[in-house]
Amino acid sequence: MLTLSPQDISAIGLSLKVACSATLISTPFGIACAYFLAFGKTRGKALVEGLISLPLVLPPVVVGYLLLLSFGSNGFFGKFLNHLGIQVVFSLTGAVIASAVVGFPLMVRSIRIGMEAVDQSYISVSRTLGAGWWDSFFTIVLPLSGRAIFAGMSLMFARNLGEFGATVILAGNIPGVTQTIPLAIYEYTAVPGGDRMALTLCLVSICLSFVILLVSEGINRKFKRG
Amino acid sequence: MQLDVQLKKSFRDFTLDVAFSLSSPRTGIFGPSGSGKSTIMNLLSGLELPDSGFIKLGDTVLFDAKKKINLKPDQRNVGVVFQHAHLFPHMSVKRNIFYGYKRVKSKDRQIDPDGLFKVLGVTQLLSRNVSTLSGGERQRIALARTVLSNPRLILMDEPLSALDEGHKFQIIPYLKKVFNKYGIPMIFISHSVLEMRMMTDEVLVIEKGRIQQHSAAEELVKKSWGSGLESYVNLIHLGESSPCKDLFCYNWGDNLLILTEPAEGQENLFELDSRDILLFKRHPEATSARNLLQCTVQDVYSCGNRARVALVCGGEHLIAQIVPESVSELGIKPGAMVVAAIKASAFKKIF
Repeated sequence: MLTLSPQDISAIGLSLKVACSATLISTPFGIACAYFLAFGKTRGKALVEGLISLPLVLPPVVVGYLLLLSFGSNGFFGKFLNHLGIQVVFSLTGAVIASAVVGFPLMVRSIRIGMEAVDQSYISVSRTLGAGWWDSFFTIVLPLSGRAIFAGMSLMFARNLGEFGATVILAGNIPGVTQTIPLAIYEYTAVPGGDRMALTLCLVSICLSFVILLVSEGINRKFKRG
Repeated sequence: MQLDVQLKKSFRDFTLDVAFSLSSPRTGIFGPSGSGKSTIMNLLSGLELPDSGFIKLGDTVLFDAKKKINLKPDQRNVGVVFQHAHLFPHMSVKRNIFYGYKRVKSKDRQIDPDGLFKVLGVTQLLSRNVSTLSGGERQRIALARTVLSNPRLILMDEPLSALDEGHKFQIIPYLKKVFNKYGIPMIFISHSVLEMRMMTDEVLVIEKGRIQQHSAAEELVKKSWGSGLESYVNLIHLGESSPCKDLFCYNWGDNLLILTEPAEGQENLFELDSRDILLFKRHPEATSARNLLQCTVQDVYSCGNRARVALVCGGEHLIAQIVPESVSELGIKPGAMVVAAIKASAFKKIF
């Protein structure tokens, strides 16, 4: 029988928690970056684009290690956060940060493509009709790129559920604290006789991913219908 | 309305450098594509930033490079009707129409939406979906949306050119009614002489980024005579028709015209090609043409091997195109009397 241990259930809970927080926290930044990349006229655009996309092509372990260096107690951000009493390394916060950094490029890419497809004339029209920049952004740009934003969010969420490399280095593999589904599976495969448990979690993972796909497809259709 | 403009804007391969003052409430900006018409519109509405110069609308400075004043598009109160209606696809027709209206302070709202909808004939379109509207309907909704945003000036950027050929002029009576009723000054941008004549009194001719000429709309046509051999089109405004046997009669000044096409309402526009008017020295005994008008020659212009004769008949004006040989044979000179013969089918209805 496929049964879930309390540790598995907490791993599933943590996975969802990490993926949700990372996605939600990243969304505003993702929209801002995508807007800049789609409409910005500054010269440094290519550089910013490269920096944002870097985690997409770097090995996640490298990303994790760089994060560990900057968020460690001697790191650039680590020192500052230590002052505020925030511990990133080997904590849930670390897992969220690792997931956010790794999934961010996927989200930005998706939103950017959507925003580039928004006819700039609509923005011009709304401005001449008396809408200020923010007004136009919220009433024209965001709704017209809504599908892309949602697609970016679901892509990032799915990617976060599977995040392993960066998380294991920055947040470690602590059951009940930072152990998400992939980390738990990794642990089971290293233990003799853990195959069955690993398989159970694999099934859970497949089901979760499938549900995300279905939900995202459903919402996408709703957007299309208007 | 008083609009004073002096602007410079350089692009990689094109420089716009214009200065003009407009006071007519119906002004046209006329020029071939790529001449800088749309750039002027973008600069006036604040969608693009000029390199130098100023824009003054009444006593409001919209832009002044020296004083570092640059009002944002939403602060200028300059409405724009674009070539394509650009109705927001994610909103209903109703939300589209009220987009600008909602952003006007209630004390500044001067136009009654229901009255405007009646004038534009869009009342029954409000509940429709944007994607189901025809080109003309979309353009009327776009105009309503702009008018409701309470603009001090409306820029119309080739509003007819995206409409299909058969129906494009049907929107003109609506445009005229709106601008007459609400007295909003407008600048009409187009590359069509015919549209200029129908919609504007004064025209700025722009070419390669420079103003070439500033004149009355009718002058524009005369100036362009020398350039080509395309014929002149007479625009004839007629009221309601009354049946005359199997044809239709119209009053035109002191004349009675007989046409093959009927028309309703007080505002109908017909075109009459200047080549379709035959001139006779005396009243012919009998002719197949249904219209014989006694006219006085006002002026004769020649261009190449054609001559255009400006005629006054019963208080109205007509231009006929003939060849110079006929001019001398008929003894056509200012003050001479002639009879113009026009077939009933020569009049073509524009709207």
